[in-house]
Amino acid sequence: MKPKELLNRKIGTIPPSGIRKFFDLANAMEGVISLGVGEPDFDTPWHIREEAIYAIEKGRTFYSANAGLPQLRQEICRYLKRRFHLEYQWESQIIVTVGGSEAIDIALRALLDPGDEVIVLSPGYVAYEPCVRLAGGVPVIIELKEEDQFKLKKEQLRQALSEKTKAILINFPGNPTGGVMTREDYAEIVPLIRDAGIAVLTDEIYAELTYSGQHCSIAEFEEIHDQVMLISGFSKAWSMTGWRLGYIAAHPDLITAMNKIHQYAIMCAPTISQVAGMEAMAHGDSDVQMMKESFERRRNFIVNGLNRIGLTCPMPQGAFYVFPSIRHTGLSSDEFCEQLLAKEKVAVVPGSAFGISGEGFVRISYAYSIEEIKAALQRIEHFLKEL
Amino acid sequence: MEELKLLKAIEQDARISVTDLADILNSEQQQVEATMKKLAEDHIICGYHTVINWDKTNQDHVMALIEVNAYPERDCGYDKVAEKIYRYPEVSNMYLISGRSEFIVIVQGRTMREVADFVGQKLAPIEGVRGTATYFVLKQYKVEGVVMDQPEDDQQRLLVTP
Repeated sequence: MKPKELLNRKIGTIPPSGIRKFFDLANAMEGVISLGVGEPDFDTPWHIREEAIYAIEKGRTFYSANAGLPQLRQEICRYLKRRFHLEYQWESQIIVTVGGSEAIDIALRALLDPGDEVIVLSPGYVAYEPCVRLAGGVPVIIELKEEDQFKLKKEQLRQALSEKTKAILINFPGNPTGGVMTREDYAEIVPLIRDAGIAVLTDEIYAELTYSGQHCSIAEFEEIHDQVMLISGFSKAWSMTGWRLGYIAAHPDLITAMNKIHQYAIMCAPTISQVAGMEAMAHGDSDVQMMKESFERRRNFIVNGLNRIGLTCPMPQGAFYVFPSIRHTGLSSDEFCEQLLAKEKVAVVPGSAFGISGEGFVRISYAYSIEEIKAALQRIEHFLKEL
Repeated sequence: MEELKLLKAIEQDARISVTDLADILNSEQQQVEATMKKLAEDHIICGYHTVINWDKTNQDHVMALIEVNAYPERDCGYDKVAEKIYRYPEVSNMYLISGRSEFIVIVQGRTMREVADFVGQKLAPIEGVRGTATYFVLKQYKVEGVVMDQPEDDQQRLLVTP
């Protein structure tokens, strides 16, 4: 008997992540400057870490309620109201999850019947398409365009909708493009979504990293409020990726259904992380502000630098990525990244890892110090000159 | 270009070049230079200093915090007596404070004797000074936001992640 034969057919159709290859390559080398990471480089603020240490000392090391500690759910509702003018009831409309990742998974599993279509934006975060497939759905890809600043346009949405469409998964500010949707941008597509009666899974994990103007959540549109499932978490805003803490906010009927999957598959998010999350939301607004200001400086620095050395890119308005085109080099995304790593020991991620329409681009993260970015830019400049 | 943004950018790194600053602030070099000049003229930027841990050199170095009790004067409050104190180059920092004394004065010297002589012979006799209490610094843990002897955090960040 071959163990491989035990596997189901679905898992065989899921390709391994295109990022894994670069991780292995970069990891095997010495002296690599990486601009390849999708997490902030700040330490988790000390008051948050200290609160978690105290929680351990006081023995808060047991299961919590499935949906999460009541105080944390209350804190999340206060936060969503304070920052984004969103009204949710903590008793019935919030589940605390193991990162935003779990929220995406349980949402899709609660929504999809086999064959249901889910509209997914490309380039997009690596997990979306596989998660749709694993939940039995069929991803329908919308290719976001550089000339549209990687925004979702009404006509694209109209063409992607079908009888079978159950949901759309969006992510603004977006990984890997740094694209954002303003209130006006959303206003264009909201009537279509209302008429189609589909669910909107909106991954707003980068909401706090919006650089011009206020972040607008699609959940703010009253006419589709009950269709929207808002996913976010603590990873990017408070630099807490390793704590694995996120949440989903939605209509009570959807929350009840998702909570079934959550309680049987996960039980609850780590209690210690939840205590830390309470501290972050209650007393961490200034941390968010500090990190955002720092990211904005780095964004300006790297974009001006990249444009000077010939990797032209517009100023992205959110997240901590730039997504320049490398087509003029004649290389594919993969070749560009492999050669850059081999010749100059700089790690960036090929756009193709984020879906077919990421081909011709690379994702460069600026969650690094100015000195690191500066050194990497010098190496990239040298690389481009030698091509 | 906003002055606050410039100040925040150089607060943590005074040595950053004007070229880099222009990129960081999404501005032009001339504009950055002009703003920095203005901020210096307005005494908003008051200096560019280096945080040095003298304990790690073979240079003798002593620092003391001195609480000073003083009498206020008509019309100028404590300012005149303060000036008589801070004019001495031995004084590196000086603050008017609330609480049981009027000033905290930070004095730097090479030896304890030097600092003691300064307090006894220069500071205490100043007219308007009622009394002093001297606290010699035994160890500096954190200066200007910098931990003096920080062991590297055991951060193991992956090189590439989604």
